[in-house]
Amino acid sequence: MLRFVIRRVLLMVPALLVVSAIVFAVIQLQPGGFLTQYLEDPRFSPQTVETIKRQFGLDRPLHVQYLRWIQGIVTRGDFGYSFLNGRPVAGLIWERVGWTVFLALVTIACTWVIAIPLGIYTAVRPRGAAATAVNLVSYLGQAMPDFLLALLLIAFVLSRGGANVGGLFSPQYIDAPWGWARVRDMLAHLWIPIAAISLEGVAALMRQMRAQLLDVLGADYIRTAHAKGVAEQRVLWKHAVRNAVNPLISLAGLSLPGLISSTILVSIVLNLPTIGPFLYDSLLNKDQYVVTTLLLISSLLLMVGNLLADLALLWVDPRIRYQ
Amino acid sequence: MRQGAAVPRRSSLAWRRFRRSVPGVISAAVLLLLYAVALLAPFLAPYSLVEQHPALTYQPPQRIHIIREGRLARPYVYPMAKTRDPVTFVSRFTADTSRPLPIRFFVRGDSYALLGLRLDRHLFGVDGGTVFLLGTDAVGRCVLSRLLVGSRVSLTVGIVGVAISFAIGIVLGGLSGYYAGVLDTLLQRVIEILLSIPRLPILLALATVIPASWPSTRVYLGIVAVLSLIGWAGLARVIRGQVMAVRHLEYVTAARAIGLRDMRIILRHIMPNLSSYLIVTATLALPGYILGESALSFLGLGVKEPMASWGLLLRDAQSFNALHLYPWLLAPGALIVISVMAFNFLGDSLRDVADIQSS
Repeated sequence: MLRFVIRRVLLMVPALLVVSAIVFAVIQLQPGGFLTQYLEDPRFSPQTVETIKRQFGLDRPLHVQYLRWIQGIVTRGDFGYSFLNGRPVAGLIWERVGWTVFLALVTIACTWVIAIPLGIYTAVRPRGAAATAVNLVSYLGQAMPDFLLALLLIAFVLSRGGANVGGLFSPQYIDAPWGWARVRDMLAHLWIPIAAISLEGVAALMRQMRAQLLDVLGADYIRTAHAKGVAEQRVLWKHAVRNAVNPLISLAGLSLPGLISSTILVSIVLNLPTIGPFLYDSLLNKDQYVVTTLLLISSLLLMVGNLLADLALLWVDPRIRYQ
Repeated sequence: MRQGAAVPRRSSLAWRRFRRSVPGVISAAVLLLLYAVALLAPFLAPYSLVEQHPALTYQPPQRIHIIREGRLARPYVYPMAKTRDPVTFVSRFTADTSRPLPIRFFVRGDSYALLGLRLDRHLFGVDGGTVFLLGTDAVGRCVLSRLLVGSRVSLTVGIVGVAISFAIGIVLGGLSGYYAGVLDTLLQRVIEILLSIPRLPILLALATVIPASWPSTRVYLGIVAVLSLIGWAGLARVIRGQVMAVRHLEYVTAARAIGLRDMRIILRHIMPNLSSYLIVTATLALPGYILGESALSFLGLGVKEPMASWGLLLRDAQSFNALHLYPWLLAPGALIVISVMAFNFLGDSLRDVADIQSS
């Protein structure tokens, strides 16, 4: 078990190196750079720009720049310098990464809490108005772009006279110390992004849960359990649901890239303090080290998430053994 | 069932099965309609993509009336006039009920090129006024017209993108599955790494590579290229699995025995046999491109003015203020949902048909 984790973590290192090289190359393909704008600014002499470039090693060949960047990360935890903010990248990202992970985790929790019961319900009672309504919403959920849902929810809240849209806190709570009032204020803001991000996941997970449960309910051991005279509810929950959930955990890993993408997109719309708006601004301003770092970190989040999904599967399903 | 002579019967069998799936048929009809609308968009749209009406910015949609003075009348709209509240400066639109504007068909408007012809007739319009059934935007452009013409970009991005991704995916996935071994391992690692970068961030990064100075048609191609560059990996992996499953079947061995080149075996023998599977995969992959383009354009990194796409039109509704005051700007979103839903339903029912065929 421990060896499996260690091996997986070690395998992440070459993968992250390749990813970092790819994103570094992609950013270099951008026409111009952050410093290009100063060349047209009469307040800066070309010599000044040259000096800044030399200071940051931007006049060196690309592979040297890349290796120096990697060296900085590995040896000093230095992810480069944000030209836009005039500060090292490392100091800027961690709080945003924290909010991103928080939002993603809350969304996953909500997705499972909503989707699994709905999936069970529609599998057990496939006909009826409730199941039809749930199905319709699930199809809609898969077709609705997350940013559009966010916009619709904002429009809805605004039309009801509400003001809790955008950001995580109302102005008076932004710098306030943590307390019940602040948490309540955050929740009042948080439900829009969570609903917008999780609808697609709920729709997909619910359909998978129903399909799995329908498969399992047709299995021989369910008939055996019924034949033994096990109570209906016990067959459903202990025998069927318990077995139907396992494949969903491995599917949870597959849904992570979409989740991270949605979180970023919805955060840009709602201006949440995650890596989303930060990535967007940095991309537009060609703040290259911030962009490469954020892309690298979002890949890292994805890999760690996949590992956790595999570990969860190991924990839930005793039949699975990783070597 | 599997003999060559049975092929036409098999496809007609599939067609009969498909016809029985109600959601499949409905969504196919909806998609045909959408693409027909996209093709004829300049004719169907009452105004051009760029025609501005500065006096009528942010005009709410006009309603079509059919009853006048208690009697059924030719469909008409009331002209709208903008007034400003002298105290709050909020602009308000009032309908001039004294002057109904009957809706006329095949009216003359600005000229456009359609199917190689220069035309100036539009499906409908009014004389001596304006008709905006979905309102206008910040500079007084007709939202309905922009939405209709914008459907050309939104609906073709998926087709072109999937075509490019499939070309790459079939060749690389085919080679990977056919040869197995070192090449396969190598390609699979590359695909794994590509898939381990979250899609949206890398899409955004790639979209900023497209120079801002490019004309909008080239930006469109650039966006399609960016979407395909990310999209092929998943397709290649799926195709590889299918090729692996058939590479030891008799017909492949036979093709090899008569000395055909490997590439020819992959493209002319294996792929046609996987065709039903490929069609299903393509249909289910399409929504991803439509959604990807709309997300990029919505963020201002996709297609740019004077082109329009549904995502780009939604960008106008991005500010909280606009959302509150001008909710009709959200109309393009409905079309995104409808087209994506139609492709999903169509893919699902095609998959059911293909499943029954293969079993």
